Amino acid sequence: MATLPRTRPRNRRLVSRNTVAGWSFILPNFVGFAVLTLLPVVVLFYVAFTNWNVFGVAEWTGTANFRRMWGDASFWTALRNTVYYTVFHIPLTLAASLGLALLLNRKLRGVRFFRTVAFFPYITSIVAIAIVWNQLFSPEYGPINALLGAVGVADAPGWTTSSTWSMPAVIIVGTWRYMGYYMLLFLAGLQTIPAQLYEAAETDGATPWQRFVHVTLPGLRHTTFFVTVLLTIESFKVFDLILVMTGGGPGQSTLVLSQYIYQKGFEENQFGYASAVSVVLFAICFSITVIQFMVNKRRNS
Amino acid sequence: MTATDLSLPAPAVAAPGNRSAPGRPVRSRGWRLVGYAALVLAAAGLLLPFYWMVVASLKTNSDVFTIPITWLPDPVVWRNYLDIWQRSDMTTWLGNTLLLSVVVSLLQVVTGSFAAYGFARVRFPGRNALFLAYVGTIAVPWQSYMIPQFILMSKLQLSNTLWSIVALQAFGAFGVFLMKQFYETIPEELSEAARVDGLSEFGIYRRIMLPLSRPALASLALLTFVTTWNDYLGPLVYLRSPELRTIQLGLNTFVSQYNAEYALIMTGSVLSVLPVAVIFLLGQRYFIEGIASTGLKG
Repeated sequence: MATLPRTRPRNRRLVSRNTVAGWSFILPNFVGFAVLTLLPVVVLFYVAFTNWNVFGVAEWTGTANFRRMWGDASFWTALRNTVYYTVFHIPLTLAASLGLALLLNRKLRGVRFFRTVAFFPYITSIVAIAIVWNQLFSPEYGPINALLGAVGVADAPGWTTSSTWSMPAVIIVGTWRYMGYYMLLFLAGLQTIPAQLYEAAETDGATPWQRFVHVTLPGLRHTTFFVTVLLTIESFKVFDLILVMTGGGPGQSTLVLSQYIYQKGFEENQFGYASAVSVVLFAICFSITVIQFMVNKRRNS
Repeated sequence: MTATDLSLPAPAVAAPGNRSAPGRPVRSRGWRLVGYAALVLAAAGLLLPFYWMVVASLKTNSDVFTIPITWLPDPVVWRNYLDIWQRSDMTTWLGNTLLLSVVVSLLQVVTGSFAAYGFARVRFPGRNALFLAYVGTIAVPWQSYMIPQFILMSKLQLSNTLWSIVALQAFGAFGVFLMKQFYETIPEELSEAARVDGLSEFGIYRRIMLPLSRPALASLALLTFVTTWNDYLGPLVYLRSPELRTIQLGLNTFVSQYNAEYALIMTGSVLSVLPVAVIFLLGQRYFIEGIASTGLKG
């Protein structure tokens, strides 16, 4: 841009010409984006304060939906389960994907094949994955409990049929599905760390563990941050995996926030109340992202 | 997410696994063995579900769960792959899904790359704020605004039509973001020279940027195709009529209707995964580059 000769009137004409050009490029996508994403996000905050139902009749009810939520045991169960999933899914996936990435960053044979394999769960549909894992987790005849039996586990868990073990089952599948994706991000991050740093550390006599802590981890700081943000959002919105695997059960043992929104909205047609729960989900994801960005910024400076 | 964090140029598409991958050499033989053992173990864990899916789809129904487990189908029952077409509306489901995936990918590529050019190369007031609105919504889960979106779609008479899924998937922020990342790696001097030669902005986009961005367009098209193919929630919310069902929706209704037909369920699953698997294996490079260039920001 600096090479353009700029006189004042030309400059103004350029700005308005550019504005027209810019908007005409963006417009075709923007119309769809505005109507289907921006507008719904704004409308959400209106609907949440009404008693909107299936007939489209809506009255402003103020904070009634939120007061109802406060005393709604199912809502708290859903929130608790969502946090349960998140608290385990994030560190497990971080560790697994970083481990895989470190392994793949070595000059070993078959690394390319393995990268394909690791990515495969991520491009497979949730429905197919949930169906297969349900067979694998089958308590009496499934291969997982058969393996556990073979290594001497006496009473193997009931997995998706047990309210204690259904959430761990879901967490295992979630981690299995996503670790290949995040591995890819870590792998890209690892390759930006200069090899000289490792060589220098080695000449200084650093052990592999010291190299990992003092070279690899700091070098991956940006990647780790980004992966954590993505993982947090992904965990809090977990839905389809649970819906197909357990349907939220047994009982309410795997009911999560997104599913509760779906139940209230599309099964019971309480759009107003469902929107109020949506606002909570929105607020959680949004504020956690903002906090993570702020912490990251402070750490950088 | 702030625009400054995200508008950093992509690290020259640091696709992991270039042939000259700067992987670190492994010195001692012992560690090498440990490395291979870990690789084999992890690969087994990652592949076991797929192995089970294929093997079970070739078994008779009573052979799927046996004690002890049979890891090879005996006899091999190819009939499942004929029966599934009669027992389910597989043809309709696959047809709908294919149609949707193709239309959505085309629209996403066209509108996404068009908008991305506007964001990457045209300077006008309000551009950064607008881009921030796009990127910001990536952090907002769809589940949190699906209710008002459904209300709007119903008002537009789009719900329970295939158009609802087209509308849902075709205008996402992801495509704009991916293409913008790529356009910013193309040297500004190229378009500057074209501008001096009197080419309009549209001409620059059409004659210079589009031909140069073929790999990124391929990434976007393939990723969108697979996302649309695999989408379960969108069709679940919007498509109520049985003849509109997509493969994911159809497969899940099949499972709830015939929940004891273990072998046939696996046959259906294999068929639903197969197209995506083929596309992924053929275009693997584009998937990985697409994700590496959008994923690594901040």
